[in-house]
Amino acid sequence: MRFGIIVFPGSNCELDCQWVLEKVLGQQADLIWHTEKELKDYDCLILPGGFAHGDYLRTGAIARFSPVMKAVERYAEDGGLILGICNGFQVLCEAGLLPGALLRNTSLAFICRHVHVRVENTATPFTTACRPGQVLRVPINHNEGRYYADPETLRQLNEKGQVIFRYATAGGETTDGANPNGSLDNIAGICNERRNVLGLMPHPERAAESLLGSTSGLLLFESIVRSGRAASPMFR
Amino acid sequence: MNEPTITQEIIAAHNLTREEHDQVVAILGREPTYTELGIFSVMWSEHCSYKSSKVHLQTLPTSGAAVLQGPGENAGVVDLGDGLAAVFKVESHNHPSFIEPYQGAATGVGGIIRDIFTMGARPIALLDSLRFGPLADARNRYLMGGVVAGISGYGNAVGVPTVGGEVCFAECYSGNPLVNVLCLGIAPVDKLFYGRAGGIGNPVFYVGAKTGRDGIHGATMASETFDEKSEERRPTVQVGDPFREKLLIEACLELMRTDALVGIQDMGAAGLTCSSCEMASRGGTGVEIDVRLVPRREEGMTPYEVMLSESQERMLLVAREGAERIVQEIFARYDLDAVVVGRVTADGLMRVRDGTRVMAEIPVKGLVANAPVYRRPALRPAWQDEVQYLDLHHIPLPRDCGEVLLRLLASPTIACKATVWERYDHMLFLNTVVGPGADAVVLRLKGTERGIALAMDGNGRYVFLDPRVGGMIAVAEAARNVVTSGAEPVAITNCLNFGDPTRPEIMWQFAEAVRGMAEACRALQTPVTGGNVSFYNETMGQAIFPTPIVGMLGILAHIDHATTPGWKGAGDVVVLLGQTREELGGSEYLKVCHGLIQGRPPTIDLDFERRVLQCCLEAIRAGFVRSAHDCSDGGLAVALAESCISDPERHIGVEVSLSETGRPDALLFGEGQSRILLSLREADLGRLEAIALRHGVPVTILGRTGGSRFLCTGRTFTINLPVAALDQAWRGSLPTLLRQG
Repeated sequence: MRFGIIVFPGSNCELDCQWVLEKVLGQQADLIWHTEKELKDYDCLILPGGFAHGDYLRTGAIARFSPVMKAVERYAEDGGLILGICNGFQVLCEAGLLPGALLRNTSLAFICRHVHVRVENTATPFTTACRPGQVLRVPINHNEGRYYADPETLRQLNEKGQVIFRYATAGGETTDGANPNGSLDNIAGICNERRNVLGLMPHPERAAESLLGSTSGLLLFESIVRSGRAASPMFR
Repeated sequence: MNEPTITQEIIAAHNLTREEHDQVVAILGREPTYTELGIFSVMWSEHCSYKSSKVHLQTLPTSGAAVLQGPGENAGVVDLGDGLAAVFKVESHNHPSFIEPYQGAATGVGGIIRDIFTMGARPIALLDSLRFGPLADARNRYLMGGVVAGISGYGNAVGVPTVGGEVCFAECYSGNPLVNVLCLGIAPVDKLFYGRAGGIGNPVFYVGAKTGRDGIHGATMASETFDEKSEERRPTVQVGDPFREKLLIEACLELMRTDALVGIQDMGAAGLTCSSCEMASRGGTGVEIDVRLVPRREEGMTPYEVMLSESQERMLLVAREGAERIVQEIFARYDLDAVVVGRVTADGLMRVRDGTRVMAEIPVKGLVANAPVYRRPALRPAWQDEVQYLDLHHIPLPRDCGEVLLRLLASPTIACKATVWERYDHMLFLNTVVGPGADAVVLRLKGTERGIALAMDGNGRYVFLDPRVGGMIAVAEAARNVVTSGAEPVAITNCLNFGDPTRPEIMWQFAEAVRGMAEACRALQTPVTGGNVSFYNETMGQAIFPTPIVGMLGILAHIDHATTPGWKGAGDVVVLLGQTREELGGSEYLKVCHGLIQGRPPTIDLDFERRVLQCCLEAIRAGFVRSAHDCSDGGLAVALAESCISDPERHIGVEVSLSETGRPDALLFGEGQSRILLSLREADLGRLEAIALRHGVPVTILGRTGGSRFLCTGRTFTINLPVAALDQAWRGSLPTLLRQG
């Protein structure tokens, strides 16, 4: 499979995503500079973590105007798979490709540590390799990760199975104590209604090698590889 | 615009002595212009010239088989094999952080990162060694909060993970916190770059952010002590922009992959002045700069201001003539200025023009190589004997050793620092095999089977009580932390934080501490590859503890050797390598439980230390060591407790008995050196004993891991506590202390 990783000025997890895709999973992963206007021949796009355009003004607020974003929007409309990780999730929300917003953590502090998330829906191209209710151990690394949406949007997300990951205890309970940033309903990741665009705050690429303490993030990438071929524009 | 006439007042305001001014006149053969005076003043500041420390630093060992670049360049370089090199250095940003903690710490991070990528290395890790006053004081909480937020805000956004470090507390740092930042980068051995201006006629480029009036005389500020007016110095602290720096890193690394670059240096302290004349000095050339061409973000700046500005995120580089276009195209892609501001010349002069008008014309050699060097008077302080005196008969024995253990675990210097390092991205680049909180950080070296370990250490209290022994221990402890993590110590970088060097007792502390460090570096074969000296760490005449911070780099022959302090399972045997003596001088115990900073620091035998380290490393490499932990602050009892609780997701108890006679507090909490706590399966005990015998290192079997209690018995004491209580004291302390008020 051929992945395209969008690099904004200030992105910093692009090399990590590339490492996992190429070295761990044996896939092709190209870096795409944010001024690119055409996105062709990719089976999946990744918007990586970091601080796109310095996250000045508001996280993702400037990145959504990067030239590449028009092409990203078209790619989403065509049903292509898009995974937004951390800052990438924030950019997707700003761009309107995912509903809701990511606000400052309730602690008002940056948090970098391992958390547990429960897989809420395995019927997406990003989670087919997971078991329903499976608990993944993945790191978070953000200052603005508190998911927020208005009550109506939230209701729809829940009803339509668009909430894909919730912060949980190691045993899988979505308690307040397991919620690191104050996200509504412990939401850690959501997808769009069509289920081809997913955003999550945890970093699956940081949980892809046992040497680094966890491999549960690999499940996301493996799911994409497994289901990506069928869903991507290139193979349709 | 006319420059002010030079008066005695102006010379004094530039912190130049009468003799130094005379030397300037001799070098120039005339009175300096105002711009020239400014240039001499920053270049001859303590911060830039090392004029008081040089004679002592020259006694440090700086070469070794693995050292590719010792002191004198932007950073030290160590050979990692497979065509890779580690580029690393530590630097202080104490003064700016006291005046404006967030920006002071942030720009400290930015500055050291530039020192690393300027050599062609991608920065992959940061560590910080921080010192603050007690957290009961609101001002110290403000300083710590600001510094941690600054490191977090800048480090995370610039995209270099902060993988470890240390934080300690003592009264003496109240008026003068320490912020020492270490950065490590990885470069191809055959693509290292140096800060040299070579090739007569080659263009000199200014790249990066624009120049403003921030930070003018920052280097001079860092070369003075503080008084009640220090707050007014806030404008001399620069403001950092991590986004700009991130772009600068990527643009410079991209440029380094072309053949356009001849030499490059960051504009740190003393900005354009220091970078240009140092590059010319190393290149044996001259350099000519037209300040009118320098990109600015403020209007009406004088040549003096442009030359002395310490605006952040700027670099000076020399490109190959004819390759101007390559430089400009790469930097344009990252929205950064890249302007030719001058040329490399053959005349050995640093010439500063403002259009056609020459504002400064200084022989580079006179400015850099002939900078003043002082062998300042050093005198052992009259009070040294007094602080070293300790009669243990006057120290009451603890009634309840368990309570003492809990108090020590909650002491902020020992307590868990997760609340600090969870604010730093410590995982970026997927190298962090052992992250913050262990003895050392372990990073894998991608593309090889090896790893890198890094530790920062420096117990100021020991150095205060005996500078020479304290200096030795700083090196030895850092080496021990690298070894318990599975690595062979290779080289150090150091940051020497001291008081006012014009005071003979401070100079004595400095000279003695450097002597001790030099001895330890020789004994442990870990040469010094560079670092930084920070003098004048005083407020209102009150100096900090002399605090040399050692950043030790070690190499793991195989990443599988990575070892951590926590027990790995129940039923393992717990042993101690080394020997416990009745030593309590300078201990955290005396400080916390008796309010004493007294006695001699623990003794250290460097030959024995070396053997303990070799023994431990050999055992780890043999593959049977399950956990390894250095005994340091709080002694054996704290080391045992930390091994029970270091993994928040898996607590494992321990049952040990100490058979030695002597004071229980000394056995439990004494900080005797060259001791390492190991756990291993019982079946492997014979293998360990055989290795230890060969190295002449005593092994004492202490007990076993398992259960949920911490049970430690001796001839006259018993500690029996639930592990959860230890965890609560250790993990809960810092968040509680930071929340108060």
